[in-house]
Amino acid sequence: MASDIKAMSAELARDPGSVVFLELGEALRRRGQLEAATSVVLGGLEHHLELVEGHDLYARLLVDAGDYRRAQQVWGGVLERSPRHLGAHKGLGFLAFRDGDLETALEHLESALAADPTDESVVRGLQTVRDAAAEAQAEVETAAETEAATEELAGEEHIFAGLEGAEHGLLLVDDRGRVLGGRLLGVRDVDVSDAVAAFLAGAAQEAERTARMLGLGDWQWLVAEGPEGNVYVTPPTAETLLLILRDRSVPSGRLAMLAERAGDVARQWLEGQQL
Amino acid sequence: MSTAFRQALDGITRVRGVRGAMLVAGEDGLIVAESLMEGVRGNAVAALAASLQKRFRQAMEAAAVGNPHFLHLQGGGGTLMIVPAPDGILVVAVGTPDMNVGLVRLEMLRAAESIS
Repeated sequence: MASDIKAMSAELARDPGSVVFLELGEALRRRGQLEAATSVVLGGLEHHLELVEGHDLYARLLVDAGDYRRAQQVWGGVLERSPRHLGAHKGLGFLAFRDGDLETALEHLESALAADPTDESVVRGLQTVRDAAAEAQAEVETAAETEAATEELAGEEHIFAGLEGAEHGLLLVDDRGRVLGGRLLGVRDVDVSDAVAAFLAGAAQEAERTARMLGLGDWQWLVAEGPEGNVYVTPPTAETLLLILRDRSVPSGRLAMLAERAGDVARQWLEGQQL
Repeated sequence: MSTAFRQALDGITRVRGVRGAMLVAGEDGLIVAESLMEGVRGNAVAALAASLQKRFRQAMEAAAVGNPHFLHLQGGGGTLMIVPAPDGILVVAVGTPDMNVGLVRLEMLRAAESIS
């Protein structure tokens, strides 16, 4: 690491316009040399003012130094240049969460997830914020409001009421990885709906891309068999995904039949939600 | 291509409707061995199959059902099937929508076992 820093410093000394300042700044930051890292990054930005990754790194250094307000401004500038920038959305989501602004935190983290559905730190962050939002809501609502919310939630979970496995193995998700209805229970009946939904959006995008690029036509469904269960995924509409999870004893043919029925129910439910 | 790899792929491509079979390095999506009909883009199949498998592995791990040992993507005009073998190799097959999926699956599982 030290030799890398030395080599990168030498390269930057030879060519002050080199973009190696990004790597060097990050390396120094990781070593806790915030002052040196900041100096390197600001020096680099003098030559590459339009390089959003440099501003993103500068904002992270500001957070490390405790200057949250300035970091927020810098990340705001990054999003003006690059509205889908992953780092800026993550950073602003963190700052909003720190300030207790859960709604803004959720917006930024959902945008970050849309930018990269595979970023596990975003998935974990989103889960933390969602948990915090749920807790905050529970604290402020009156008993009556809580009851109303519970009824509404129960309604959502029962989109698939009457269908086999509606309580634990059917999930309707939008194309940004948000749960629309249904529920998925993992081992020991832990609710894994949100976690699976977050990954599912990216996986389905990959299925769509694969089918399109390989000339397989529109993707219709995907079956994945695992050691603890089988998963069937299909898009009932262009903007939604339906996932069915069953244990290994249920054959894929039966999953397909169930998916067809659940898909009809989902489409009717979605139509009913429109004004 | 080694004899073992060729034999593994031949069993799959003998099934009617199969347009190609490959062994792919799961980590980087590169081709290890292939037996493809003309017109099948091997590099694209390999890269996309590896990426698709990786994405669904994450979703299935989140659902606590473990790493997938068989994936079947059905499109209106064709089929893609993936079976992960030990050592990070993926057995991949592409075919027509009406190919005998059960038979292909069996041959792919057999191939995965034979190359391990």
